[in-house]
Amino acid sequence: MRLNLLRPFPWLILIVTASFALVPWWTDNVSLRENLILAALDIALASNLNLMLGYAGYVNFGNIVMFGLGGYMGVYLLSVWHWPLLGAALIGAIAVSIIAYVFGLGILRLRGAYFALATIGVNEAVNVFVTNFEPWGGATGLYLSLDAYAPLGGPGRALWIVYFLMVAVMGLSLALSYIIRHSKFGLGLLAIGENEDAAETLGVPTRAYKAMVYSVSAFLPAIAGGLYFFKSGIIEPTAAFDLTTSIEAIVMVMLGGQSTVAGPVIGAFLYEELRGYLLTAQAFSHFQLVIAGLLLLVIVLFAPGGLMGFVHQKLPFTRRWLE
Amino acid sequence: MAGLLASVVDGVLIGAVYGLAAMGLTLIWGVMNVINLSHGAIIVLGMFALYYLSSVLGLNPYAASPIVIVIGFVAGVLLYWIAVHRVIGRPHLMSLLSTFAVNMVLIGLGTALWSTSPYNVSVSLPSVSWEGYTYTGTHIMAAIIAAVIAGLLYLLLYRTRIGKAIRAVAANRAAAELSGIPTTQILALSFGLGVTLAFASGMLIATLFPFTILSGGAYQLKSFVVTVLGGLGNPGGALLGGIFLGLIEGMATPFMPVSWMPMIEFTLFVIVLIAFPRGIFSFSGT
Amino acid sequence: MQLSRLCLVAAATVALASPALAADNDTLNIGFTVSQTGKLNTDSVAQMRGFDLWRDEVNAKGGIKVDDKNYTIKFVSYDDESQNGRVQQLYTRLIAQDNAQFLFSPYSSGLTATAAIISEQYGKVMLTTGAAEGKTYELGNKNLFQVYSPASEYLSGALRVLKEKDPTAKIAFVYEDDPFSKAVAHAALDLAAKEHMTIVLDEAYSGSTTDFGPIINKIIASKAVVLLGGGHYADGSTLARQLYDQKANLKWVTLLVAPDSPKFAELGAAATDISVPSQWEPQVTFRPDFGPTAQEFSKAFNAKYGVDPGYHAAGGYAAGLILQRAIEQANSIDPAKVAAELNKMDVTTMFGRTKFATDAKQHGLQIGHDMVLAQWQMKDGKLTKEVIWPAAAKTADIVMN
Repeated sequence: MRLNLLRPFPWLILIVTASFALVPWWTDNVSLRENLILAALDIALASNLNLMLGYAGYVNFGNIVMFGLGGYMGVYLLSVWHWPLLGAALIGAIAVSIIAYVFGLGILRLRGAYFALATIGVNEAVNVFVTNFEPWGGATGLYLSLDAYAPLGGPGRALWIVYFLMVAVMGLSLALSYIIRHSKFGLGLLAIGENEDAAETLGVPTRAYKAMVYSVSAFLPAIAGGLYFFKSGIIEPTAAFDLTTSIEAIVMVMLGGQSTVAGPVIGAFLYEELRGYLLTAQAFSHFQLVIAGLLLLVIVLFAPGGLMGFVHQKLPFTRRWLE
Repeated sequence: MAGLLASVVDGVLIGAVYGLAAMGLTLIWGVMNVINLSHGAIIVLGMFALYYLSSVLGLNPYAASPIVIVIGFVAGVLLYWIAVHRVIGRPHLMSLLSTFAVNMVLIGLGTALWSTSPYNVSVSLPSVSWEGYTYTGTHIMAAIIAAVIAGLLYLLLYRTRIGKAIRAVAANRAAAELSGIPTTQILALSFGLGVTLAFASGMLIATLFPFTILSGGAYQLKSFVVTVLGGLGNPGGALLGGIFLGLIEGMATPFMPVSWMPMIEFTLFVIVLIAFPRGIFSFSGT
Repeated sequence: MQLSRLCLVAAATVALASPALAADNDTLNIGFTVSQTGKLNTDSVAQMRGFDLWRDEVNAKGGIKVDDKNYTIKFVSYDDESQNGRVQQLYTRLIAQDNAQFLFSPYSSGLTATAAIISEQYGKVMLTTGAAEGKTYELGNKNLFQVYSPASEYLSGALRVLKEKDPTAKIAFVYEDDPFSKAVAHAALDLAAKEHMTIVLDEAYSGSTTDFGPIINKIIASKAVVLLGGGHYADGSTLARQLYDQKANLKWVTLLVAPDSPKFAELGAAATDISVPSQWEPQVTFRPDFGPTAQEFSKAFNAKYGVDPGYHAAGGYAAGLILQRAIEQANSIDPAKVAAELNKMDVTTMFGRTKFATDAKQHGLQIGHDMVLAQWQMKDGKLTKEVIWPAAAKTADIVMN
């Protein structure tokens, strides 16, 4: 696995991450920051989802369960055990990755649509479990008192810190996506995505690779979950395990172009901006769901390679530097 | 004892309706390998269709059912041509997304039209009571109608030429095309049929419970569970799977906190997926 | 010549036709989000109508008077899609970009708790309506003010009625497994236990429950004669209908939220005698210190929207009244001064009594407001919703089978 700095794309990742971090800070634009943190979160979720979906070809419908569990672990360690934010989020994410590995061993024997359905089942089962799990607040969830933000200097500063951490998570997600793509592991995943049986015959350790990618793709979303719910001040099961958000992540990957590194970024960003616009534009507020749905339909029917697929087709030279 | 009987009967009755709801999903899946993520929204449309025919136009709910079924079929075929035709044969993900997009559009329009308030279709039928427990006439009627529709579907699939064509396309589309079957039309027909079944189940559910535009979600999840229990692509298995699910709901409730019920359903779902990928109720040669 | 005369006439016409404009009119921006889509849609929109009616009435009278200025109320609002994620983004925008000087909460406790982090951060006063969860006020806020009675109060009326009329009745608590309903139920369970009442069932059902048949069989098996619980619209209506269909024959049923909607009457016989705790009913007879009576408010609402207001709309309207009062009493739009007035406030409006807790442990919690108990009663073949408790506000007697 190597990060070849002679290729243009890693620099693009750096530039994008830096812009996210610096632009709202320099202009002191809180509103922009709030828009961008949602975009950064979406990009992180979409990129990690892409590892399974785009590379290995496994549709993870319940990808949000890792985000939610990471959120619960992080908030729990924070509020009940009074751990610092970063520690809570990290340890939570490690725990979630381990759980993901275990789940993965179970459900990754399934292929195609069966796997997709199983991930929904996992999400819903975890949702119900947490709803009945009193130490985590059950259906009411966990509320963070306002002085949970005190160690970070109060809510104002805390929200900025959370923002930078989220941008870091986004940057790491992109880097991870890139590194994996240019590694032997990634090659194996892509082979699995093309034809799993052939890959197995050719000596790719499919079982191990699949479980690994399921686990790895859970880590950063779990950290993002810890950060996000800390910022929200409240975590409850319906918000943490929302199947719709899960599916939106899939939409973003598709919109941008699956199995590319840039695809999820563009898709997430576009989708987030579109929704943000539709929400605040008076004319559309009743119909934003309808419009988003129609947009998705058009893409799927007429441009299934997503935006990146379209760009790569029309402008072949971009394939080298915009992966 | 009376309580247990009540639970068993309740379970079977509502289970038949769950089975009908899942039949559409599994039929579409079996014939064209498409997982219809707008299934829940379509069920709700069936509910609203009945509402308008009965509460607004004043028809008797049961008499209005053939009209609902026809509406369902037309809607289904239309939906096929709009959203599904181009994604047949492409990777699964495409059909998942296109049907999900349809779901978003339907829910969005529905919320704009009907908001999220509950609607109710008033139906009263005589019911049977025993030892303090009541078996409502509407539940019994719904189960009977579900069984009848399932029977009609069986007749269609196994005793008619069209049914044979559908099964041929489900088994091997290319071969069917080579044998002269107009596969595209059969696909459209099958999708229409699947949507009709969903509409019919929505119609029956509307006679039992009040509903909102968002009620479809719960039934869609149950349909997934039932489809897996019965084996993907197996309508007969779906009916049995539905009854099985209903029985579990009915029989577990007296003995444990009700809040754990969904967890049982989903754990069962995942276990069956992993251990019995062909479903518990699939019959070989279907 | 003729042109200048024309101008003179035009100017005179303008001056005569707009006396309000002649005064010095600033705008006061109030921001909030509404759930135009998503499951909270129905109630959130009702609440917004209450806000709108208040704004229109105030502006028609020339706005809020502070010193020698008249402030026209301007609303800035967005759709939060019933989702937490949007709420922080939108409230930040309302404050940072749209210059909202005061805030109303989103609809629902979960969304309000998330919005509170933003409002507290900027020191903005936020009046919360449609948010009954008490926990939000235990998190150390300074500028939140709750208009609704908290969740813990919801079933206390029903329990008092039972204690009076049938203290040994067997009670079943069956409620939705969500934050609001659980908070209500747990508080009620505690109260019932304290009063030595007989509890025979305590069950929480998932919000995605489609068939209540098995649960109702469990209620029948427990030999309960009283049912308290429910959750929101869909499950409340379904529960009511199935209880009737299955002849559960309970002598007293109180369900949350669902029976309060006029649509509940569509259930026909199934709705008979079902009671609901309510933040407010159009027939209440509170004598307000200022603002319209409940009946005057209902009339104005009906004239504007063609339907009778429910408590969501009334809560929205009351939030406006209370904020206006605080601004007028403080004679300033400075948030700190307005907050100080709100802390001191103890008034009665068409909504009932309003008084906020001021100690840091639960700042902003509503401690003055009383819930009413309403019941659907069948009179001459027609279902009407009557207020049956407290005695001071009632319009009909309690019907217990």
